[in-house]
Amino acid sequence: MSLITAHDLSKTYLKGETRVEALKGLNFEIEPASFVSFVGPSGSGKTTLLNLIGCLDKPTSGVLRVDDTDISSLNTRLAAAFRGEKIGFIFQDFNLVPVLTVYENVGYPLVLVQNTPSSERKQRILALLDAVGMAEQKDKYPDQISGGQKQRVAVARALVTKPKLVLADEPTANLDHKTAYMVINIMKKMKNELGTTFIFSTHDRKIVGEAEIIYTLEDGKLAGKEV
Amino acid sequence: MFDLFKIAVRNLMRYKRRTLLTVLLVTIGVVSVLVFISVSGSFKNMMIGQITDSFLGHIQIHKKGYVASIDSLPLTLNLSPNALQKIEKAINENPDIEAYAKRVKFGGMFSNFVETTNVRLNGVYPEDEVRTVPLLFSRVREGEKTIRTGEILVPELLAKGMKVKVGDTVVVIATNRDGSVNGKQFRVAGILESATGPGGRDGYIHIDDAAEILRMDTMEISEIAIRLKNFDKLHEVLDTLKRQLSNDLNKQAKPAFEVHTWEKLSPFYNIARMIDIMTFFVKLMLIAIVLISITNVMVMAVYERVREIGTIAAIGTLPGKIVAMFLIEGFSLGLFGVVVGDILGIATISILSMAKLSFNFGRQKGLLLSPSINPQDILLISIIVITVSVVASLQPAYKASRMNPIDALRHV
Repeated sequence: MSLITAHDLSKTYLKGETRVEALKGLNFEIEPASFVSFVGPSGSGKTTLLNLIGCLDKPTSGVLRVDDTDISSLNTRLAAAFRGEKIGFIFQDFNLVPVLTVYENVGYPLVLVQNTPSSERKQRILALLDAVGMAEQKDKYPDQISGGQKQRVAVARALVTKPKLVLADEPTANLDHKTAYMVINIMKKMKNELGTTFIFSTHDRKIVGEAEIIYTLEDGKLAGKEV
Repeated sequence: MFDLFKIAVRNLMRYKRRTLLTVLLVTIGVVSVLVFISVSGSFKNMMIGQITDSFLGHIQIHKKGYVASIDSLPLTLNLSPNALQKIEKAINENPDIEAYAKRVKFGGMFSNFVETTNVRLNGVYPEDEVRTVPLLFSRVREGEKTIRTGEILVPELLAKGMKVKVGDTVVVIATNRDGSVNGKQFRVAGILESATGPGGRDGYIHIDDAAEILRMDTMEISEIAIRLKNFDKLHEVLDTLKRQLSNDLNKQAKPAFEVHTWEKLSPFYNIARMIDIMTFFVKLMLIAIVLISITNVMVMAVYERVREIGTIAAIGTLPGKIVAMFLIEGFSLGLFGVVVGDILGIATISILSMAKLSFNFGRQKGLLLSPSINPQDILLISIIVITVSVVASLQPAYKASRMNPIDALRHV
């Protein structure tokens, strides 16, 4: 069964008094444990689509099912709970909490979202920090590590709750090429080890080559699919 | 919960100067209120103690109508032996009463053989009087701290005006209830310092001398002053006495006696009330200071961390937890301010107490101020500040919890 199913998915919003059709009748399916990329120029609807899949927004029309849940049916609270349980997020600007150490940043969703017991928490955090190569930096604060290291911490944070799906909006946009490849490879490695589905958006053609399935978005429409 | 506190404290320490300033503001507020409460409270309690312990007593019982016409000290409204017996029975049955004193109060003429003037006198049983108003003799500035028959304690102002000294002979002349005039010679045994309030400038003689001047066949008492074992039971004892004496009715079918606490008899009660009102407004000012400063800090905290709020909301933090995070920050600010404020407040009060500050009130000079604060007041102020801190954080916290994660993540 598909992890994500979109049927005639559209999203329209108002920008001032202008009506913007960000997504226009998208149809696609994404299987579990896939490594998928949405590519396209700025304004093509990548971020809007990731926001919908991530239950941060609701479609204007059409159906979007994530892990067999119609995301239109979720209210604010249920959507937050759904995200906390099923989805991990990696942000372009890393978005680590500056007052928490690397270790605490990774453990943050377990404390605030899942209330995981401390012994299990410690085990999961250390295993993930080890997997992303940040175990030795665990006591450092975000302002004491590099951009690439921050994004590796963000990958570990996204995976710590054992989500079925990780969404990454332009995860390498603020990184140099070498670091960007390293981060993408870590994501790929984690996908292979944990069976988590990764969906990331990018407009970097070189990075895109690392994806197993590439969807191209143009003006809010799916313009192509490469496998 | 511990983790939420840890995060809150770390966030507060992120902006050390701002946090420090806010805590300082709360601390200054708490210290000011504690010091005000202690100083005003000690002034109030000391003045009440001075008034009740040096002449008024805690409670007084009179014949109905006496207090309304107390300026003329009407002998016609004295208590008959029969009425006195009933009152004494009620007093003796009450275990909360420590002592009581019977007084014959009257107005007369005071002469030093050269000049004559008016005088208000209390005829008392010295032992009962001193048990009921133990500071009476501490008011004796010169002479003997006792009242024997044939002797008089002259109020200070009268002594000065009439140029009377200890050991001098004076004459007191008074009219009794039937209108006949009588006089008696007295030796001035002491000069009595004035006290604040009605009766604070009266002279004292032995009750037997009063009965002799007023030619009383049987002892008729003007008032009974009562001292309680525990001042906090003032109204409880008042109610009990009123209930016990309510069965005795006069010819108009109204209670034959009136029972009053010091509050109804001394104008200082109004000052005490004003002190209480001022204390209330000082507390209100503290609430305003805490409310404004913490709301301001929390609004800034939310505004500065919009992207962070967007991130934690996106990863699935429930709105309630976001509210809790900010409320705990506000709570922590209030708690720090209260702890430091309480410590500094207690230290300041101790220093003021050790400094033995004195002040003058009315004609009373060198009254010693010994500020102290009871734990209930500290607890109440602490609870108020912490509660207001949390309340002040409610609106910013709610706003944070209602943020749209997409908009918050886009915030620059």
